[in-house]
Amino acid sequence: MSEPILVVRDLRACVNGKPILKGVDLTVYPGQVHAIMGPNGSGKSTLAQVLAGHEIYEVTGGEAIYCGKNLLEMKPEERAREGVFLAFQYPVEIPGLNNMEFLRAALNAIRKHRGLEEIDAFDFLNLVQERARRLGISEELLNRSLNVGFSGGEKKRNEILQLSILEPRLAILDETDSGLDIDALKAVAEGVNTMRSPERAFIVVTHYQRLLNYVVPDVVHIMYDGRIVQSGGKELAEELERRGYSWLEETVGSAR
Amino acid sequence: MKSSTTVQVPELVAKLGEGPDWLAERRQAAFERFRALGFPTTRDEAWRYTNVSPIARTHFRSAEPDWARAVSLLERAWVGESAVRLVLVDGRYVESLSRMPQQSGVRAMSLQRAIEQNPELVRAELARLAVFDNHAFTAWNTACFADGAVVIVEPGRVLDGAVHILHLSTGGSEPVVSHPRVLVLAGRQSQFAVVEEYLGPDGQVYLANAVTEIVCADGAVVEHYKLEREAQQAYHVAAIWARLGRDSQFTSHLVGLGSALSRHDVVVILAGPGSEAVLNGLYLVDGQRHADYQTLLHHVAPHCQSREDYKGILAGAGTGVFNGKIRVEPAAQKTDAIQHNKNLLLSREATINTKPQLEIYADDVRCTHGATVGQLEEEQLFYLQSRGMSAEEAKAALVVAFAGEVVERFRLAPLRAAVKGYIGEVARTL
Repeated sequence: MSEPILVVRDLRACVNGKPILKGVDLTVYPGQVHAIMGPNGSGKSTLAQVLAGHEIYEVTGGEAIYCGKNLLEMKPEERAREGVFLAFQYPVEIPGLNNMEFLRAALNAIRKHRGLEEIDAFDFLNLVQERARRLGISEELLNRSLNVGFSGGEKKRNEILQLSILEPRLAILDETDSGLDIDALKAVAEGVNTMRSPERAFIVVTHYQRLLNYVVPDVVHIMYDGRIVQSGGKELAEELERRGYSWLEETVGSAR
Repeated sequence: MKSSTTVQVPELVAKLGEGPDWLAERRQAAFERFRALGFPTTRDEAWRYTNVSPIARTHFRSAEPDWARAVSLLERAWVGESAVRLVLVDGRYVESLSRMPQQSGVRAMSLQRAIEQNPELVRAELARLAVFDNHAFTAWNTACFADGAVVIVEPGRVLDGAVHILHLSTGGSEPVVSHPRVLVLAGRQSQFAVVEEYLGPDGQVYLANAVTEIVCADGAVVEHYKLEREAQQAYHVAAIWARLGRDSQFTSHLVGLGSALSRHDVVVILAGPGSEAVLNGLYLVDGQRHADYQTLLHHVAPHCQSREDYKGILAGAGTGVFNGKIRVEPAAQKTDAIQHNKNLLLSREATINTKPQLEIYADDVRCTHGATVGQLEEEQLFYLQSRGMSAEEAKAALVVAFAGEVVERFRLAPLRAAVKGYIGEVARTL
């Protein structure tokens, strides 16, 4: 097997002095899709944000090695330029920042890092329009301020649009399925599936099993109280869906 | 400070005798008033947060053009689809740098020529609107302006492209002063845009003391843009006065990016029923710079509407002042006025003094106002960084975005991109 894209060992992190991650271990290989499930407050979104470099979280122990490099020493923008992408659970609204202009600035920042020239304006327009059409994103939305006046589903589709343009090596989807109707869910899933490749890996953080019907994971992890407590194949997600998170609390909670 | 002895204006007396009698009389009256007022101090309520003693202390000489500098400044000026370009160097019209209108129905010329060619028109309007009783700088300008620009648009004319008035200050080995003067006469149901741009060479200490008067006849639709891009060491004091006739529409876009110390007074008199005014402003200060914006929407007639939105970006140890007053006279029933002032503080040392004021003497009106002061949001910065932008790029992008709403209101599309660029240049250094 090839070198892993990401190796996380005993990762610990706090927010405002309160421990959230209490020793996370995770190894992701190219081509894989890992799903991380767990109840609210289990730390799965924190894990996603720590991997992307959010400064509100203080890493207190452990390590994260991305493509052989120490991820935790890198600034958020360095991680992005090296190919880490986080699809936000709550994409932020920025009035006055044109959606498409922003996307072009982001793409050019990453291309510059890779030693490529800035993308031609005409090529960029064609690229975005083609990807947007596939995701069901209207031209009008592309020309609005970033996420301003977007519905929940439109924001999530816009995140996947960015993913498809920026072409990361490691994509982390933080509850991208939450609050989506079935059409939006299918569009997002299709967007992710077309991006699956032998060189690229996904970490899909989700509260529900539903998305995993469309984006079939290779590995499913269950997070509870800041740790990954169980890992398995896609059938683990189905079992969790059937038995609910209370089952988890009983089995894992009582064991400790 | 309030004594005439501190007022040192060597060019003052020289100008008094120039021009026709009526002008000499107005200059004389302004001169007397300037001497009586002296420079304002922070004890004057309208100047409470702006200390002009650096100006009062300076012995300014009359500006003499430095042509090499003027030409290099021209390269930095907005190049747009302007129908007319009037270039004033140190307050004096320069024909060789200007471009005259090709369209009929518009006359654009130097103030000196306008006084010769259209004496009645100029006499009726010049120095009528911009009262100087309580404003020493306006009195000083009126007493001392050497020249200026006059734009006259005939009734019913709709102009393609803007009238661009470019004010270049060229500085000098010693501090210099110029008094640019602009008069815009919009005929009935004419429609056009005027872009006033102020530029100066970096490193030069000078004072541009400008006065602009805009008279909108009934049904006129006028957009006035002012881009203040003075040198970072310069002083800029300006008054913009507009009078709105029946059913006319006036928009003032004011973007202030330069000057060590600037003061802007914008006065709009809604004199005709059904008239509408929009004040759209943006100021940016950093370093030790200071900018003061005083606006007055004076609702005199009934059924008028005003919308005001000023945004401020304050960085470093920069200080800003916004004082927006809406005054509604007893006759101005059914007035509909909304005013906002929103500020973005980028450092702990930056300061904004914001004071919205309502003075309402009518009983059937709708007036609202509000002011906010905020900072950059961490989540927005992180989001942009997570897409590959550096912390500095993200900050600059958010500053430009904050300013974006003001710029998006420009009806002149070519100016939007240009001004976003000017703001971006400054934002990247914050």
